Amino acid sequence: MDLTLLPDGGMRWLDASGPKSTIVLSTRIRLARNVRGIAFSQRAKDTDRKAVLDRVLEAAAASDHLSSAVAFHLDEMERPERQLLHERHLISKELAGLERDSPPRPGAALLVQDQVGVMVNEEDHLRLHGMWSGFDLEDAYAAVESVDGELGKLIPFAFHPEFGYLTSCPTNAGTGLRASVLIHLPGLVLTKEINKVLQGLAQVGLTFRGLYGEGSEVVGNFFQLSNQTTLGKTEDELIDHLGKIVRQVVEYEEQARDVLLRTAPEEVEDKTWRAYGLLKHARRLTFEETMNLLSGVRLGVGLKLLPGPGVYTLNKLLIYTQLAHLAAMDGRSTGDRELPTVRAAFVRRLLEDEPNVEPR
Amino acid sequence: MLCDNCKERDAIINLTQVEHDSKVTLHLCEQCAQLKGVETGGAVLKSPLGNFLGALGKGGGTAGALVATGADGVRCPACSSTLRDFRDSGRLGCDQCYITFDAHLRDLLRRLHGSSQHVGERYDAPGDLKGGGAADPRSRLLELKAQLRRAVEGENFELAAELRDRIRVLE
Repeated sequence: MDLTLLPDGGMRWLDASGPKSTIVLSTRIRLARNVRGIAFSQRAKDTDRKAVLDRVLEAAAASDHLSSAVAFHLDEMERPERQLLHERHLISKELAGLERDSPPRPGAALLVQDQVGVMVNEEDHLRLHGMWSGFDLEDAYAAVESVDGELGKLIPFAFHPEFGYLTSCPTNAGTGLRASVLIHLPGLVLTKEINKVLQGLAQVGLTFRGLYGEGSEVVGNFFQLSNQTTLGKTEDELIDHLGKIVRQVVEYEEQARDVLLRTAPEEVEDKTWRAYGLLKHARRLTFEETMNLLSGVRLGVGLKLLPGPGVYTLNKLLIYTQLAHLAAMDGRSTGDRELPTVRAAFVRRLLEDEPNVEPR
Repeated sequence: MLCDNCKERDAIINLTQVEHDSKVTLHLCEQCAQLKGVETGGAVLKSPLGNFLGALGKGGGTAGALVATGADGVRCPACSSTLRDFRDSGRLGCDQCYITFDAHLRDLLRRLHGSSQHVGERYDAPGDLKGGGAADPRSRLLELKAQLRRAVEGENFELAAELRDRIRVLE
């Protein structure tokens, strides 16, 4: 597999060019679709999965939006390579076959062109997704919708006049739409306001998860906020609602940061500089510690307490300090005990390339 | 301030209770607050989706478990899944299951989403466009190719040859 085939490694969103990108890292849209008349993935035989993949590949080749898509056949790839795609948020853990005792299913594949990907033979036959820099629901949805519109003309999707798009799990039926933002909320965590906000989300039909979506833990104060329901509202209503609430959460976070600056300016400054110092000089770093330190530095940069590094570098560190990325970069196995040393060296190198960050 | 209960850890929660017409405020640490049944921040973070809908979204298994028992014997004619299969796995077998288990699913969808009526984008699959609209010619070709694959798999070579000719003409 050659990931260099993907411009920006399939992660243009890392460039921090989008709106509010110091607080909102990325915006993601996902649409779940199934091919009419073929058993859903869990019930599908290998021949069914093969038929789904063939249809998707043929449709992609005949389409405008995916005609030069790069295709990854996950069942033919080694585990570290699949993990690499998962770490880039391009495929789910399930599709990557990273769960214990469940290798990728035959026909499991990923197609990527520009910023839109299609997971094939995941829980649903097709999971179209796009990830955008910053807080940008409209552009992300428009891009994924246009790919969906084209594929829907080439492949007959399962659709019911009352229930909408039919999905393997009824929690996704209707629009099949999951819109989410990856948001950094250290201010709300430090001021202990976060639980109020998270409880409020549940009351307005939204939910939160960790960095990698469903079932993942919250690390480094990064939260993924998304719509909970998919049926009974239009796509625009679901997106507008999420957008409205996220704007509010961003406001709360900004207020919490103001409170921190007003009430404990020295502590906050100390925290961010310490985080930066540790990242810059540590000789061994675990992934979790790296995430927490990056959170501190990101807060400092957002509050202009630290003159750098740039948000693009901080975003890159989030992705490239993960296990499979470090292992691939240094030609090691993902079980290598020296990876914390490799991680610290990589972090130091990336920070040294940044313009000088000196105390004011 | 130290916790009123254990007098060891810092108090982070103020619990106000009304006892015998008088208001009592306790200052508690997280552990002692939990012992008194107060949902603290830590507990909420560990179990974020404590509410009904949240729990449903976490795992399909829960969604399946919400379907009433009683029609377990009914089998989907297309994929032969039963309602019991759905209850166990939380996943439906195929698109026809939505028709076979129509009544149960309508009820479940209402509980999950607050509605069972899709109001989002309408969709016409290629080939069954209403109002005389023609299907995308590319989709006709892809459909023939899919039929060809099925014919070859089923060793129906006569049909396969016919399909191959039609594909050639279209291409």
